[in-house]
Amino acid sequence: MNAPAYNFAYLNEQTKRMIRRAILKAIAIPGYQVPFASREMPMPYGWGTGGVQVTAAILTPEDRLKVIDQGADDTTNAVSIRKFFVKTAGVATTERTAEASIIQTRHRIPEAPLTEDQVLVFQVPIPEPLRFLEPRETETRKMHALEEYGVMHVKLYEDIAQYGEIATTYAYPAKVADRYVFDPSPIPKFDNPKLDDCPALQLFGAGREKRIYAVPPYTKVKSLDFEDHPFEVQRWSEPCALCGSTASFLDEIVMDDKGKRMFVCSDTDFCAKQRGEA
Amino acid sequence: MYVAVKGGEQAIDAAHRLLAEERRGDPGVPSLTLAQIAEQLTLAVDRVMNEGSLYDRELAALAVKQARGDLIEAIFLIRAARTTLARFGYSEPLETQNMRVKRRVSAAFKDIPGGQILGPTFDYTHRLLDFSLAGDPELPEAAAAPSGLPGGLPRVLGLLDAEGLIEQPSAEAGQPADLTQDPLNFPAGRDLRLQNLARGDEGFLLALAYSTQRGYGRTHPFAGEIRVGMLEVSFTPEELGFPVVIGEITLTECEMINQFKGSATVKPQFTRGYGLCFGQSERKAMSMALVDRSLRAGELGEELTAPAQDEEFVLSHSDNVQATGFVEHLKLPHYVDFQSELVMLRRMRSDDGKDELEAAE
Repeated sequence: MNAPAYNFAYLNEQTKRMIRRAILKAIAIPGYQVPFASREMPMPYGWGTGGVQVTAAILTPEDRLKVIDQGADDTTNAVSIRKFFVKTAGVATTERTAEASIIQTRHRIPEAPLTEDQVLVFQVPIPEPLRFLEPRETETRKMHALEEYGVMHVKLYEDIAQYGEIATTYAYPAKVADRYVFDPSPIPKFDNPKLDDCPALQLFGAGREKRIYAVPPYTKVKSLDFEDHPFEVQRWSEPCALCGSTASFLDEIVMDDKGKRMFVCSDTDFCAKQRGEA
Repeated sequence: MYVAVKGGEQAIDAAHRLLAEERRGDPGVPSLTLAQIAEQLTLAVDRVMNEGSLYDRELAALAVKQARGDLIEAIFLIRAARTTLARFGYSEPLETQNMRVKRRVSAAFKDIPGGQILGPTFDYTHRLLDFSLAGDPELPEAAAAPSGLPGGLPRVLGLLDAEGLIEQPSAEAGQPADLTQDPLNFPAGRDLRLQNLARGDEGFLLALAYSTQRGYGRTHPFAGEIRVGMLEVSFTPEELGFPVVIGEITLTECEMINQFKGSATVKPQFTRGYGLCFGQSERKAMSMALVDRSLRAGELGEELTAPAQDEEFVLSHSDNVQATGFVEHLKLPHYVDFQSELVMLRRMRSDDGKDELEAAE
């Protein structure tokens, strides 16, 4: 019994063509969730199979790949996915945002502005923004078709009535190109403004749920809000303890069991660059 | 000052080495061979082939070994290997009546044409631990069937059909749906539902089937026929234009007879539930047949009240590779999202006149 030889980037060419067709359709209808015949991948569902399939379908031998999880290149799942593509595609990798042609990400958008030459691939657990308001796919597809997003506004309003503010802090729903409400994946709402008018192509892959969607370059993405309760992002009262940045998303690190905390950039490449190390 | 919270690369390598060592166990104990697993853990191998959706005993045995006996992990390994295989097309449809039967029972009739064939089954064993198996005991000689394995046995449900007592199997013309090639869409046809159930988790289907017996969508089932045996698989290569036998597989088929359905214009007839699995997997085939029948509630004009009748609920949650991945992904870091919640919760609490935010910082 010999180990089989895998195709470039693992998936066979038939499968890649199928995924590319879904991607093209997704780009043509910004924010619309395109069903695709998601395959079993050698990593578990919920661990980035959608993103991995999108990356595998668009990857070329000339690409330079960056993979992040929670903003960092060195988190275990990012390491694992990067290794997967090094092993199955032999592509060059980088930790530097500016040098990457494809960036696969879980839960963050890099702090550094992206360019037209880059593709950002998001790993998506639940692509349907209405799912927690309506569990049935048959219903939510109708709601999207009819542009019937009232329940979402009611939910946000109920938050305000109950807590005095909108209590959604990540996977914050937004409207793409004035048409489809979409789930930007569980990025903190801090990252939502970066989705808007972004020069890079943004692709979203949900493997278990079998959906691909896209925000084409320079597309309007508007986070849902109310006139008297405008969309706001998180702020910290102190800068990053390592680089001093006041503009980045900060992770909280518990230093001891006495409640001592330290706040550092979640984007490790950004932080290193600020410190002049990269 | 620096806390090493992001030390991924070395940690992964070390964890993999540790896993390999744990998998092997005591090096003084001989390593399992794939032949041992394929020959002696046959039902584990059957389950992995079934839910892994790939008929290959050797690969399934390898997966069981690599997964340390965790069958869902083994199923996952097989699915991931299956992904990489090129697709040549559909085999010729199997006629299960031609099965060379090694076991065949009906709970509907005392005797049936071709006879009840008990075959290798746990059914009537006493579940007493057999301490002689701690060693390698001599086996009593097995009684061979007088004339080898009989093929072409008539179907029990066919006997009812001859009297018009049971509905015709519902079938639509054309290519069957295939959820490995197209995403699952609702409403799903019966073909797609059956494929989903065939790949679905045995435990999940068992519980759903059980729930229908306990009043959550009753279907009044009788095990019309359960047969286990071997069947040749044929494939017609385009360039040849005629079918070629490419191998023989073991299958378990279950045909349930369920409560009747009739109307003012149509006389009442029994209805059907169907299950088919790789290998000897009777629990799975029976559960599948019960759930198949429950999922036909809409088609048969029954009131929809129970989880097992809810197509979206059943089909969306039956796949254990999907389920285990998403449940276990909660082990992955969620620092960023959790931080977002922390920031908000502290602010909400500070609005109440408490200085929690400052105290924490």
